[in-house]
Formats: sequence, C-alpha cells, structure tokens
Amino acid sequence: MTTPTMDVGADLPALEVDPISRTTLALFAGASGDHNPIHVDLDVAKSAGLDDVFAHGMLSMAYLGRLLTDLVPQQQLRSYKVRFAAITPVHGQPTCTATVTSTDDVNGERIATLELKVTLADGTVTLLGEALVALD
Amino acid sequence: MSLDTTAIGREFEPVSLLITRSRLRAFAEATGQRDPVYTDVDAAKQAGHRDLPVPPTFMFGIELEAPNPFAFMADLGVDLRTVLHGEQQFDYHEMAYAGDELTATSRIADMYDKKGGLLDFIVKDTTVTNQDGATVAVLRGITVVQNRAGKDTK
Repeated sequence: MTTPTMDVGADLPALEVDPISRTTLALFAGASGDHNPIHVDLDVAKSAGLDDVFAHGMLSMAYLGRLLTDLVPQQQLRSYKVRFAAITPVHGQPTCTATVTSTDDVNGERIATLELKVTLADGTVTLLGEALVALD
Repeated sequence: MSLDTTAIGREFEPVSLLITRSRLRAFAEATGQRDPVYTDVDAAKQAGHRDLPVPPTFMFGIELEAPNPFAFMADLGVDLRTVLHGEQQFDYHEMAYAGDELTATSRIADMYDKKGGLLDFIVKDTTVTNQDGATVAVLRGITVVQNRAGKDTK
C-alpha cells in the first residue's frame, strides 16, 4: 500500500458507496450484531411513527472506516470518532470524505488529524468525525 | 431528565466473542469491503497481519452478543424505538485478529439531558481486552433518547 501524501489541507480520495439496500441492512444487522428492529422491520418503524426503516449509524461509520484503511494500514489508526448528524434513509447513497487538518508530533510519532464527513446525494451530512493516524 | 441517574456508574457483565474468519468475512460483505486484506488470509499475511484483522468499527458489536443486549434500556424505561446513536469513539491500543477471543466490559459513565428534557443522553464506556488480558481498544458511545413533548401527561 502506498500512503497518500498527508499535507495539511489536502483532500484525500473520497469513497463512494452504492445506495444502501434493504438487503445491506439485513446483512449488516447479522454481521455487526446490531439487531435493533428499527433498522430492518417496517412494522416496528411504522409503530414508531416513521415512514420506513433507516440505516444503522454504525454502517456509515464502517464505510468511513473503509476510507481510513484505504488511506493507511489499519495498524496506523490511533483514534476514530464520529457524531451522527442525520439518519440515513434506505436507498441513501453515502460518500465518505477526509481532509488533513494538522500533523503533529505525539509521543514520538508523526500523527495526522483527518476531518471526516459522510454526505448523501442530496447534500445531507449524516456523519461528522475525526481520525488520528500515524504516518510512516 | 426523565431517566434514573442513579444508573450512572452501573457496570455490565463482560461479554466475550471468539472472532471467527467467517464472521469477519460476513462483516466485510455487509460493509462492501473489497480490500482482500479483510477476507483473504494470504493477503492479510502479506500485509503483515497474523490473520484476518478485526476492522476498525467491528468491536462495537461485541457487547451486543449478550443474550439480551438492549435489556438495560428497558430497565431505564427507554423505548428502543425512540433511541438514536449520537456519537461513537474508538481509541486503538492493539490490533485484533480472527482467532482472538475479545471481551467487552462496559459501564454507564454519564447521563444528562438537553432541550428541557426533550433529549436524554446515555454515555457508555467500553474496554475491549483480548485473551491475554491486553487492552485492544477503548470505546465511548453516546445514545440519545428522544422524549416526546407531553409524553408523561398522556
């Protein structure tokens, strides 16, 4: 793997994800262990006053995690946090982006701070976050 | 605050999960992961791993392996349908791999409300250790409970 140049201000390669299908939500419920029925059972969603189920926030966080491990080997990931800003509807199409906001020396390592975002096709920002990655 | 804040400090029974290659491949499938490092043991080894690596957010699910993982929400009187995931953080200490047995130990670190009680927040901290007792990661999750206006007066 070639680590991209982590210059401050650099926009890193985005990760575009296919629209989220109901099958994806069912697979993710099983694989992640998150069986909250609000994500897979239309009857439960309607009983909560919603029109439809919606995607797990952790699915979007996993997509952003893919962006991070596409950028650097996972061993170099030190910290990763997000705030869930909006729900992701079924058929939503997330795009994950990252920008380098600083590089600092921390405990003898060169650490880049990445500002993270997930945006749907209609411009809705669903997730904002930050990751700290060690540079070679 | 409509929740019982005496729950702050409550500790949960540790939950363990033996990490299997098949479970990690299912996670890769569900998340559209195409990097062979996460599905192909040879590719993982070529990349310097000893087996398929546990991906960055997978450890969130360990404590959900408990027999009734949302029971504490019911204990607090929370309807699961009113809950949203507010924030999630992972601090990484060591890599984990297929074949490891990971244990998640959680406690409720804080509870508070906003918007005049319309929103309640539950902060849960989780330490994940491996079969050698080493800390693999520390997680912090914040759950948001959406209280409907006038709910208690109906």
